[in-house]
Amino acid sequence: MRTVDVSMIKESIKQMCKDANYFIGSDVKSAFEKGVKEETSPIGKAILIDLLENAKIAGEKEVPICQDTGMVVVFMEIGQEVSLVGGDIKEAIDAGIREGYEEGYLRKSVVSDPLIRTNTKDNTPGIVYFDIVSGDKIKIKIALKGFGSENMSRTKMLKPSDGIKGVEDFVVETVSLAGPNPCPPIVVGVGIGGTIDKATLMAKHALTKDVDATSDLPHIKELEEVLIKRINALGIGPQGLGGNTTALGVNIEVFPTHIAGLPVAVNINCHASRHLEVIL
Amino acid sequence: MAKIKMTTPLTEEKVKALKAGDQILLSGTIYTGRDAAHLRLIEALNRGEELPFDVENQVIYYVGPTPAKPGEVIGSCGPTTSYRMDDLTVPLLAKGLKGMIGKGQRNATVIGGMKTYGALYFAAIGGAGALIANAVKKSEVIAYEELGPEAIRKLEVEDLPIIVVIDSTGTNLYETERAKYATEI
Repeated sequence: MRTVDVSMIKESIKQMCKDANYFIGSDVKSAFEKGVKEETSPIGKAILIDLLENAKIAGEKEVPICQDTGMVVVFMEIGQEVSLVGGDIKEAIDAGIREGYEEGYLRKSVVSDPLIRTNTKDNTPGIVYFDIVSGDKIKIKIALKGFGSENMSRTKMLKPSDGIKGVEDFVVETVSLAGPNPCPPIVVGVGIGGTIDKATLMAKHALTKDVDATSDLPHIKELEEVLIKRINALGIGPQGLGGNTTALGVNIEVFPTHIAGLPVAVNINCHASRHLEVIL
Repeated sequence: MAKIKMTTPLTEEKVKALKAGDQILLSGTIYTGRDAAHLRLIEALNRGEELPFDVENQVIYYVGPTPAKPGEVIGSCGPTTSYRMDDLTVPLLAKGLKGMIGKGQRNATVIGGMKTYGALYFAAIGGAGALIANAVKKSEVIAYEELGPEAIRKLEVEDLPIIVVIDSTGTNLYETERAKYATEI
């Protein structure tokens, strides 16, 4: 057994919360630069240039790219040959979030009860998913999820006969209805199959990938390509003020499902697609 | 397109002169307010109480900034999505509010109120909070401090870049511009 102290996990989470908020990912930066070249709307092009400038200022001054510094979603893959010591793993994760958001001058955006709505004042708790995998490593992926885009996300239980066309139409309809609200250009995470919860979780996990990532499955890669074309033909454009750069990327994950069902989830992310991963 | 310099407070004349698509550099005093602050403002009106600031001819910016680092006026401060304030907006327009800065669509009730009372809806660039912070010269919490990022702040801004998205005739740039580029319906 390999022994890992949970304080290492706390320190990693703390640093990732700050870094993901201050520094634009190279995947998103490349997508902005491509957008500047390809965008036909003058307003749209000017917005993309401003977003590159915003990212530059944020990185240089170490201030957040966006004031919605998000709710922290953590995916942990823990090797089955790892023994965690030094305290409670969930407390260590929340301690990392708490210290990262306080020291990093990040906004505390979490309320303790969805109906009573008192701010917890330290951005905890995080949303944490554990997976046990083979090996003796720990992989931590985080996504800082802003809610302007989270609010525009949808899940639907399609019929098997709706097929690939039904999936396509639901994804495009979701982006169309969202319009300018989720801060386009967006990143679209899609989960297909499993159960209602599994589909939604896959859609969220898809947002931890680089925006230019593609599926290993040929028919899903093709679906990603069809979707990005259809979405960018909606005319929404940067900030919804018109143009052909509506989405920077579409990432799809799939899982086996039941003979009676075809669950589809669409998790929209804003252009501030903040995701990082580290292996301990 | 040339950018138009404008100073708050707004007046009926200033509102009527601007059209959807006009790019503005706004200077002067504006007030911040988002979800929780709007609920409190409307509750205060419903109880017949005075608001913590006089909204007549003023502009509200839908924003919850990040904490300011030492030596900075404010943290990142881009707009939040506006539709969540839709049900809490018309009573403020009736009190004389002349402008709102946010991002995203407004509903027919708000647009109707803007036409009736004469007001403008502006968009700032969502997700450009670090860039927008450069335009904020002063920031002071004036109400509901316990709401943290949702407290009402009085901001002094200089050349804040915004765009008129919905004007006082109800023309909506989100609809007119999208239609120009849409090939998928």
